Amino acid sequence: MKKILENKKLYQLLIILFMLVFPFLVGNSGYFMSLFVTACIFIISAMALNLLVGYGGQISVGQAGFLSAGGYAVAILSHKFGLPIWILLPLAGVITGIISLVIGLPAVRLRGHFLAVATMGFGLSIPQIALNWESLTRGYNGISVMRPQWLSGDLAFFYVIVGTTLVIAWIISNIVKSGMGRAFVAIRDSEIAAQSTGIHVAFYKTMMFVISAFFTGIAGGLYAYWFGYVSPQDFNILTSLLILGMVVVGGLASIPGAVIGAVLFTLIPHFTDKFIGMTNIIIGIAIILIIMYRSEGIVSFLDRLKSPEQDDQVKGGV
Amino acid sequence: MQIIVSGLIIGFVYGLAALGLVLIYKTTDIVNFAQGEMAMVTTFMSFVFLTQLGMPYFVSFLLALIFASLFGIAVYQMIMKRVQDSPPLNQMVLTLGLFLVINGIAGLIWGYHPRSYPEAIAGDPYQIGTVFITLNEIFMVGLTFILMLFFFLNFRYAKIGLAMRASSQDTVAAELMGIKVSHVFMSAWAIGSVLGGVAGIMTAPFIFLNTTMMMDVLILAFAGAVIGGFVSLPGAVIGGVIVGVYENLVSYYIAPELKMVYTFILIIVILYVRPQGILGGPKFVKKV
Repeated sequence: MKKILENKKLYQLLIILFMLVFPFLVGNSGYFMSLFVTACIFIISAMALNLLVGYGGQISVGQAGFLSAGGYAVAILSHKFGLPIWILLPLAGVITGIISLVIGLPAVRLRGHFLAVATMGFGLSIPQIALNWESLTRGYNGISVMRPQWLSGDLAFFYVIVGTTLVIAWIISNIVKSGMGRAFVAIRDSEIAAQSTGIHVAFYKTMMFVISAFFTGIAGGLYAYWFGYVSPQDFNILTSLLILGMVVVGGLASIPGAVIGAVLFTLIPHFTDKFIGMTNIIIGIAIILIIMYRSEGIVSFLDRLKSPEQDDQVKGGV
Repeated sequence: MQIIVSGLIIGFVYGLAALGLVLIYKTTDIVNFAQGEMAMVTTFMSFVFLTQLGMPYFVSFLLALIFASLFGIAVYQMIMKRVQDSPPLNQMVLTLGLFLVINGIAGLIWGYHPRSYPEAIAGDPYQIGTVFITLNEIFMVGLTFILMLFFFLNFRYAKIGLAMRASSQDTVAAELMGIKVSHVFMSAWAIGSVLGGVAGIMTAPFIFLNTTMMMDVLILAFAGAVIGGFVSLPGAVIGGVIVGVYENLVSYYIAPELKMVYTFILIIVILYVRPQGILGGPKFVKKV
């Protein structure tokens, strides 16, 4: 029995299976599928932010800016040039990655709350730019996005999103294990020590922002395609705070942690929607309680099930 | 000229809010993102005293500030005290959670309709040269100045200031020297909360009173604090004033809707040139 509980592969398989049969479990209900898609988008964003915060030790309170940028990149490019989706999604990531240099380059010199405020300013600026650059973004009206013919069905596109989420999860878990991931952790633990072992701190810090923005941009693109519409207020400062909350509540420097946090924070509004104004209170209380009593995040409950030698993940605070 | 003077005046309010942030950070090493929401609650309390209980302005002002200090103490005692030794990121996210809770509860109690809030001193503006200025604005600047001076002198010369500086440097050593560190931290939270509350009450007449009123003020106060270096009390006020004037100039000459974007550019430029802020002092790097 214990063997089965410890089997990581089995869990992964079960989760993938669940994701694949989900539309049939809820009878193709549009509401639940949208909820699931929102969760997937937040899972990608939270994993990307976790790369930055959990592994790299850099704080960002502006992830929503990257989501917006990705969404707008898809909307504008598909509108103006009619590029196909399989070019547009990676392109949205690349464009967001380039935009992230605005914040990634100065971030090399900043740390702690200075970085928090700078990224917060970035997250606040993107909606304002989207609102006021009317020739490009159509301001308040937003832009509608058409899905290509062969993906116009919700079910088909649902699988595109699930597939993308899984692929990104796989890529991120590999980045973390690669030399680059180790460099991130080294920078988090001590910049001086990292530098003295020959890690190019400035380069890796910028790379962290670019990679994180790349995946978040793709998530934004998926959002635009699924809901068929982008507007300046889709992702505001509160979204940035929520994504940061997901990472910390789920568990820093842990991919399952990011997934748990994202799913939890997507589900809470679903249950509290009936009471206006309760959503933020419940999420806020959840954040406060977790940090006060379980500062390693929810994922640390899972670690108890495992035996210590299997726990080979890179752990630690920032 | 008028633009610069109005910018200066609103800048002093940002400076006041920034002062509260810096004071809490400097003493307890916690960056308080919930500061703006705490100030918003204080402003609402003063509004309740003022309109529903019909008290005169200055009585309700003082009562609201007493409430603010108690609120700050409560937040410290109930929540912050327990995470004093957590990593900075956790503390930061915790105050973000607090921000959500306070904002949500205030929304439940007071609703989401904006209300108008009276000025401290009503009266027609005076004309000095080409500049119009109201008594209320003079009162605001004066109050900020007095508070700033008071806290600066206290921090520098009084015993409580010395205790605060000692506790921020090394809690263990401070405790060994007979300083009750938790009392010092508690008073930092109380004072920080009061300063934020004053800033909130000063801002309320300009923008309508509602639950999101302090969001922009908080962000601009943060910008001010960061520009000032985050550890320097005069720096916080100077940074706040810079942000206020700059924001007003941008609104007038470029576009009022884009002021956040330009403020962001200002932050990035200043921090890129001087990562520790204008009055941040030398940059310390933690050794391995």
